[in-house]
Amino acid sequence: MRFTLNGSTVALDVSGSRRLLDALREDLSLTGTKEGCGEGECGACSVLIDGEVVNSCLVAVGQVEGCEVVTIEGLASPLQQTFIDRGAAQCGICTPGMLLAAHALLNANPRPTEDEVRVGLAGNLCRCTGYTKIIDAVLACRM
Amino acid sequence: MPDVTYLRPRDVAHAVRLCEGTPEARPLGGGTDLMVMLHAGTVRPRALVDLWSLGELKGIRRVDGGVEIGAAEPYTGIIGSALVAEHCPALVAASRTIGAAQIQNRGTLGGNLANASPAGDTLPVLLAADAIVVTDRRTIPVADFFTGYRKTALGLGELIVAVRLPASARGVRFRKVGTRAAQAISKVVVAVNREPARIAFGSVAEVPLRARSAEASLARGDVQGAVAAVAADIRPIDDVRSTAEYRRTVAQNVLRDLLDASASY
Repeated sequence: MRFTLNGSTVALDVSGSRRLLDALREDLSLTGTKEGCGEGECGACSVLIDGEVVNSCLVAVGQVEGCEVVTIEGLASPLQQTFIDRGAAQCGICTPGMLLAAHALLNANPRPTEDEVRVGLAGNLCRCTGYTKIIDAVLACRM
Repeated sequence: MPDVTYLRPRDVAHAVRLCEGTPEARPLGGGTDLMVMLHAGTVRPRALVDLWSLGELKGIRRVDGGVEIGAAEPYTGIIGSALVAEHCPALVAASRTIGAAQIQNRGTLGGNLANASPAGDTLPVLLAADAIVVTDRRTIPVADFFTGYRKTALGLGELIVAVRLPASARGVRFRKVGTRAAQAISKVVVAVNREPARIAFGSVAEVPLRARSAEASLARGDVQGAVAAVAADIRPIDDVRSTAEYRRTVAQNVLRDLLDASASY
């Protein structure tokens, strides 16, 4: 199948039933997308499909035919530097998913309240636990 | 995951032919349940028939007296729909409690119905709303849809196309009790309607169900009787999320709250 990945067209000759997560990490060597729970609870594998945040462990790669996929490797947002500046990453496993979910949230709602940020990131679990600094970083990036 | 053939039909008719004609084929929507089961090996289909991008299964439209929601319309679409907010605010409330953004962007009513989990959060709302399941070949009242634990009335290759909500869906009230506000699998889900009298539960039996004797009491205006009757209508169990005793108590308490709150409507 063919799709756009971080701005470039890619063609993959793999089973369409393969998880998008595995295609990204193993076939395309983009290991920024992490596997946490593998069942849609933790959000570590979050990517954007046509601008919407989804769990790549729950998407069959055949389903992104013709779509625009963005992974952490393709994200360029003030969120990233702000996460660094504010200590919003500890072990880092949740960080790619947090950044993509926060990016999708700010695109849909450029000036979220703190509650809206908490709801927007509710599908991304951090077990370090650094939620306070993550939420502060997202609030600092409001437009 | 062993070899599973991925099939992408052109339209619903093609999808039905693929589901009927391919041994051990499973329809795939947003994947929020099926991809988990596939990866865990708890289901082992030989083929996936991908319904996600079929335009016929998307969208929300007004139909005589009510509203019809495409089977593959994601919860995000339902949450953002002024039409659903007007015709069935309880379905918007239920959709907001399902997972978080990632799940709401992919999860669908068709999937919630077909997966037929007793904990499916929209299912009590659909039961209390007298929703109609529209398939490629017939319509099925949702009250007749769940036939056993994770079993449905769907025949071989039969696909859910849409869900229809009648005008009475507007009066439905909904409450979900889980461990956390977001991303929780329900311990108890309750949905009620006053006119007609409907009381439906999730996570308290092997199927999402209507509490028929409680409904009979409610229809007579007997709220206390309805709350008491629930004990005999539901069949909760102890499991990893809760206990039977907790579920029975909370089901009755939440029902009392919802009926008290709906007294003024």
